[in-house]
Amino acid sequence: MAVVETSKPSEELKSNTKTTGQTNTITLRIARSNPSEGQESTFAEFQIPVQKWTTVLEAILYVKQNFDHSVAVRYSCRQASCGSCGMKINGKPALACYTKVSELNSNVITVEPMNNFPIIRDLAVDFKQLISNHKKMKPFIIREDSEVTPESKEFIQTPQDLEKFLQFSYCIKCGLCNSACPTMATDESFIGPQGLAQAYRYVADNRDKGKDERLKVIDDSHGIWRCHFAGSCSHVCPKGVDPAMAIQLLRGYLLGFRK
Amino acid sequence: MRESIIMKIHYGTALGAVALVAVHILMRMSQKFSDSLQYQNVIANYHFLPYALMLEVLLILLSVHGFNGLRVILLELKQGSTYEKMINYGSLAAMAVLIAYGSRTILMAGMGVS
Repeated sequence: MAVVETSKPSEELKSNTKTTGQTNTITLRIARSNPSEGQESTFAEFQIPVQKWTTVLEAILYVKQNFDHSVAVRYSCRQASCGSCGMKINGKPALACYTKVSELNSNVITVEPMNNFPIIRDLAVDFKQLISNHKKMKPFIIREDSEVTPESKEFIQTPQDLEKFLQFSYCIKCGLCNSACPTMATDESFIGPQGLAQAYRYVADNRDKGKDERLKVIDDSHGIWRCHFAGSCSHVCPKGVDPAMAIQLLRGYLLGFRK
Repeated sequence: MRESIIMKIHYGTALGAVALVAVHILMRMSQKFSDSLQYQNVIANYHFLPYALMLEVLLILLSVHGFNGLRVILLELKQGSTYEKMINYGSLAAMAVLIAYGSRTILMAGMGVS
């Protein structure tokens, strides 16, 4: 990859940020590419003033605002709720809005699109496969009496029942787990940790009656058995979800250890 | 066949093979290692029916486990319906060929045919 561009903040911008706290300057390297136009991936470098609370997303938005508005990045909530700004930050998949520049302990920050996803442009990747696999897991409660009628009542759950799947319902579909997964790097058809964790979320829910349907979907030659249990999916999850554990627990159902 | 059944066979053959290889090693340790590899001692193993049967079972377990493992690795390397069919049937064929060839050796040695 070649460096194509270097931009420095103007003195005016520097002095503006200095008024709000201690400012350091870091080099932000952004991977630029446009596969649809056959454009090779290159790195653009920018000098960015940062404070101790500046996030990587804010640094990227600073670039868009002051140097190059054409940098493609997907973002929305800025508080690790929407799962839009997943990217590789200094080689590790993370949410840009949830990663402070100061915690990276480096004056050079490199941001790249997530691995194992087709690149749309720059830092924006295509989520089609992730969403499609998520849908295949039937991410909803399946039971005959789930329709809301005037006679309907809520399905009672104990705190212990809730505890079985609660952490898996925190998934924000950011795709970081799929990006970190070594199996996904070679097996394009693999369901991936995100989909498998969601399958477990519903299988473990005692209100749900669709366990057999979901187990059938994941019991495929590119399904749950292709997980090598590297555990990198759980390591990178910003919401504390443990897909690696979900996969092992799901295997228990398929091997007959769990009912 | 469902992948879970294949993987149950995969794990089962691994456990079985570990147990039988342990027996095989223990049998080797019942005498000096160099003696256990003497021609007449090796042939005597094949003439002893329970041991010959154990070798046959070990051959089947290792062939099934090994070629299924290879199938899994190859499926992860590349995808595509034709390729996957080729790998699945190829692995089954390789298993069958190895088991047939190994069984032939066990039978011939057991019957004293050289």
